[in-house]
Amino acid sequence: MDLTTFLIQCLNALQYGLLLFLVASGLTLIFGIMGVINLAHGSFYMIGAYMAYALAPIVEATFGGGFFATLVVGLVLAVLLGYVLEWAFFSFLYEREHLQQVLMTYGLILVFEELRSLLVGDDVYGVKVPEFLAGTLPLGDLMTYPVYRLFISGVCLVLALGMYFVFTRTRLGMMIRAGSTNREMVQSLGIDIKFLYRVVFAAGVAIAVFAGMVAAPVSSVYPGMGNTVLIICFVVVVIGGIGSIRGALLAALLIGVVDTFGKVLLPQASGVLVYVLMALILLWKPDGLFKAG
Amino acid sequence: MVCSRPAKGEINDMKKSKFLFVALALAALALWPLMAGQYGVDLVTKIMIFAIFALSLELLVGSTGLVCFGQAAFFGIGAYATVLLTPQDGAPSLLWLLPACVLAAAFYALLVGALSLRTKGVYFIMVTLAFAQMAYYVVHDTPLGGGTDGIYLLSKPVLGTLLDLDKPLVFYGFTLACLAGVFGFLALLLRSRFGRALAGIRVNEQRMRATGFSTYPYKLAAFVISGGLAGLAGFLFAVKDGFVNPELISWHLSGEVLIMIILGGLGHLRGALIGAFAFALLQEFFKSEAIFGEFSKHWHLGLGLSIIACVALLPRGLVGVPEQLAARLRGRLTGARGTGTTEVGNESV
Repeated sequence: MDLTTFLIQCLNALQYGLLLFLVASGLTLIFGIMGVINLAHGSFYMIGAYMAYALAPIVEATFGGGFFATLVVGLVLAVLLGYVLEWAFFSFLYEREHLQQVLMTYGLILVFEELRSLLVGDDVYGVKVPEFLAGTLPLGDLMTYPVYRLFISGVCLVLALGMYFVFTRTRLGMMIRAGSTNREMVQSLGIDIKFLYRVVFAAGVAIAVFAGMVAAPVSSVYPGMGNTVLIICFVVVVIGGIGSIRGALLAALLIGVVDTFGKVLLPQASGVLVYVLMALILLWKPDGLFKAG
Repeated sequence: MVCSRPAKGEINDMKKSKFLFVALALAALALWPLMAGQYGVDLVTKIMIFAIFALSLELLVGSTGLVCFGQAAFFGIGAYATVLLTPQDGAPSLLWLLPACVLAAAFYALLVGALSLRTKGVYFIMVTLAFAQMAYYVVHDTPLGGGTDGIYLLSKPVLGTLLDLDKPLVFYGFTLACLAGVFGFLALLLRSRFGRALAGIRVNEQRMRATGFSTYPYKLAAFVISGGLAGLAGFLFAVKDGFVNPELISWHLSGEVLIMIILGGLGHLRGALIGAFAFALLQEFFKSEAIFGEFSKHWHLGLGLSIIACVALLPRGLVGVPEQLAARLRGRLTGARGTGTTEVGNESV
């Protein structure tokens, strides 16, 4: 492998890892703070990707806007969706056992997949890369790298920094961190924990939808795409340590590297590498790399 | 936890009614081939195999409190062992093939359990998933198991001239006997000192350790037994279909069997039985073209909505329905709602 190929693979690994982080961060937030194992999280990613495909013409017709207008409309819809879902399906589940939530979110996966099939159909669709990001950058003499992938990495990085800022520097972040440590205590201090949960859930959904929308031009849009992402995201969350955003970032980058280079260097075993990595890490550190708290 | 301890007579009544339920269910299954056609027999055979599979997981999740998300690995290994161990020439004897498949699954369970029991909670869920995925990729990506296409079973096992599992009715009877055997075995196991220790681990592992139990061997033993039983279900599945493919190890199947036992109600062996039947029959119902016509290809929608309705309306799973109804009749529903879903140890059957 020469230097240019190596560089390209590094960029690919970075882009994949950051995208994974984006989806997984919502999952780890919802799990760490609300204690909900949300199997339907992959469906939100899927919904995002399908939004990028289906919303674009509608937004074009009504607002005349392009890529960014679609993103904004999608995000607004996602926040609404998350807010309503929490109210309708999760608000009465907190007192119940975790496994009841698993059952509920499993039901939601089936419903979302089938609604998708009813509304958009079961075909694979491509999503066009927006024109101003469609170019490529020359790397070395022969190779080029698509600008859009760099754009994904950039957006994910900005969002990761934004999340870090909200968590550590704002009042909302403080309330969220407190709520994850001790729900009753926060409530007795006069903070509306139910509303806080709803906000966290809506934010988690919005991040996953956003990740799906941004990824759609690269990955294309296909049935079942949510499930693949879901399992990998659980791997990320668990390796990083449940509820830890920092851990999720590190784990996602690690998996990005292992998966990308695994596909190049050991194509026969690429599928299994991620799981071997997870098993090894958990046997070494049974609580993940970073314990939340 | 039950808020008021029922009187002794009431417990005896409850035990009787549970025993009656299981006996009636098995009797109904035994009589089923008399009234059902070929399709019905085939369907119920499949459901019974899944019921055995669900029972194996119930031992871990419901009785010991270990949520395993890789149960399909043991099922799949049992199934693959059946196909791979069957010799080229002639039908193998059930006498050695069945134990060999169960042992193969139990051996993998020993390996997985020994390592993954070091972790707890969600981490345990994910480590078991990781080991199942490893098995999946070994079968999926190597020529050992025929790759993605899967392999066919050359000939179905026999027991001398006594049992020929190639005949649907014989196989139905054999599966029913296995189901009854596994149910009885687990019921006895959970009543034994070993079973009580597992219940203690589920309720409070810390306290069990404090009372002097080394909990690790108990959990490992439960894990291996569970793996072996899942292997039995896998064996039956391979013999029934005469074909295995990597999907038998996929996490979808691990998820489905978990959904079955939660749907049925955790902490009861009956729950696994009821859950397996309910899940499969709901699927059949929403898939049926006679009822839904064109819409039947969107059967996931109906299944998903019914599952959501079950979670919302039945906090204890399907097993808790009679109790819930009785409570409603007595007008005590508001009081009963506060009680948790964990049951006391002696309610294991």
